[in-house]
Amino acid sequence: MKLRRVVVTGLGTINPIGNNIAEFWDNLEKGVSGCDKITHFDASKFKTRFACEVKNFEPKDHFDRKEARKLDLYAQYALVASKEAIEDSKLDLESEDLTRAGVIWGSGIGGINTFLEEVKGFANGDGTPRFSPFFIPKMISNIAAGHISMKFGFQGPNYNTVSACASSSQSIIDAMNYIRLGKADLFITGGSEASINEAGVGGFNSMMAMSTNNEEYKTASRPFCKTRDGFVMGEGSGCLILEELEHAQKRGAKIYAEIVGGGMSGDAYHLTATHPEGRGAISAMKMALQDANLNPEDVDYINVHGTSTPVGDIPELRALKVVFGEQIYKLNISSTKSMTGHLLGAAGSIEAIASILAMNNQTVPPTINHTEQDPEIDEKLNLTLHKAQKREIRAALSNTFGFGGHNASIIFKSFTE
Amino acid sequence: MSDIASRVKAIIVDKLGVDETEVTPAASFTNDLGADSLDTVELIMEFEKEFNIAIPDDQAENIGTVGDAISYIGENAK
Repeated sequence: MKLRRVVVTGLGTINPIGNNIAEFWDNLEKGVSGCDKITHFDASKFKTRFACEVKNFEPKDHFDRKEARKLDLYAQYALVASKEAIEDSKLDLESEDLTRAGVIWGSGIGGINTFLEEVKGFANGDGTPRFSPFFIPKMISNIAAGHISMKFGFQGPNYNTVSACASSSQSIIDAMNYIRLGKADLFITGGSEASINEAGVGGFNSMMAMSTNNEEYKTASRPFCKTRDGFVMGEGSGCLILEELEHAQKRGAKIYAEIVGGGMSGDAYHLTATHPEGRGAISAMKMALQDANLNPEDVDYINVHGTSTPVGDIPELRALKVVFGEQIYKLNISSTKSMTGHLLGAAGSIEAIASILAMNNQTVPPTINHTEQDPEIDEKLNLTLHKAQKREIRAALSNTFGFGGHNASIIFKSFTE
Repeated sequence: MSDIASRVKAIIVDKLGVDETEVTPAASFTNDLGADSLDTVELIMEFEKEFNIAIPDDQAENIGTVGDAISYIGENAK
């Protein structure tokens, strides 16, 4: 069976370093840190008191009051990013067959703000259940996909993917595959997360997964640096419009890139630790290359998972060496989490966007905040430290790995007929 | 306007995001004020909380308008 080709024709985002695509790229290229002290709640008793929050976001600028009240923050971010992507795609929804248009959305946690508020209300009460009728439909992690479909009328395949920090990469891969197979022509895909609250920060703190560098919080997200001490939590959303190539060409759509391959695997190893030799990462990347029908020599940029944890960064680089061989010294590697923080289930979506924008601008966004070489890391690797680097990028690979051992790799290619 | 009526109206304005002038005694939550079934459940719960009463489900089904709510609460609030 001949697979159909799939292209990216629209982008949207709201994240810690950009409330739209133009601002996001501008700050990626400049190497801006999105980290600051936590404002979403009183974090004074928490081990970590900083995060990469979305800035200047007012729900009332995007939703009427009644609508906003029924949307958890993670779903609000989803709708904001989707709206930008749909507008950017210039799709004429009136003339589209919307039964051929689907939504696959990723979120690792879903409405944890809603969950926390409602359960807190019950715990503080006298045992009488007074849960809001909106508790469940605000909280569930599929509801963002539902809201997006209602907003734009998309009646094709509709669901969410949940695989912790690989969630939105897997939604993008699924959407690509359904278009390839002819099950739909068009998808709104990506992901969103909003878990900077007491439960999110407290929970990850207890796992010893997050940086507690409160003194140097601005530069705490420092992938590959010897002094890295954990990830920095981010929040927000990234949205991509995927479209079957001929469908896009027929309407004269702007084509950002072609999505050519996806690989997925499970570590089958540990609850939270990545496999020390990067077993699952290796097979996900190999599968993505094979799926894309590309060789390691065809890839010029790798946007790594690189969360800045002491135990996570090393196995990923080890895996890259196994998969890419000598090519690993010729291509550029960077972790944009050094700027955005870790958006958990939405990480794959904004990093897919970063990879595409890097290709479009022929510029690799940097890994910032790196000050000290880690002796365990091969210094011959080009980690794109401190400053963006201009170079030809023919194809870019984006990795995400999630707790539970979920791995996903996506490859985007510069579009040529 | 009675104290009960003004408190009921304030809840409706807040939860349904409607203008106060629309909240007349004859206004139906679903037909006139744009409420769906979940909104209606939420309104009943807010009335229970505000007036410290319990409205059984079979009674709640009969509260379809602003006036219904005001009179039910007037009869049952302590």
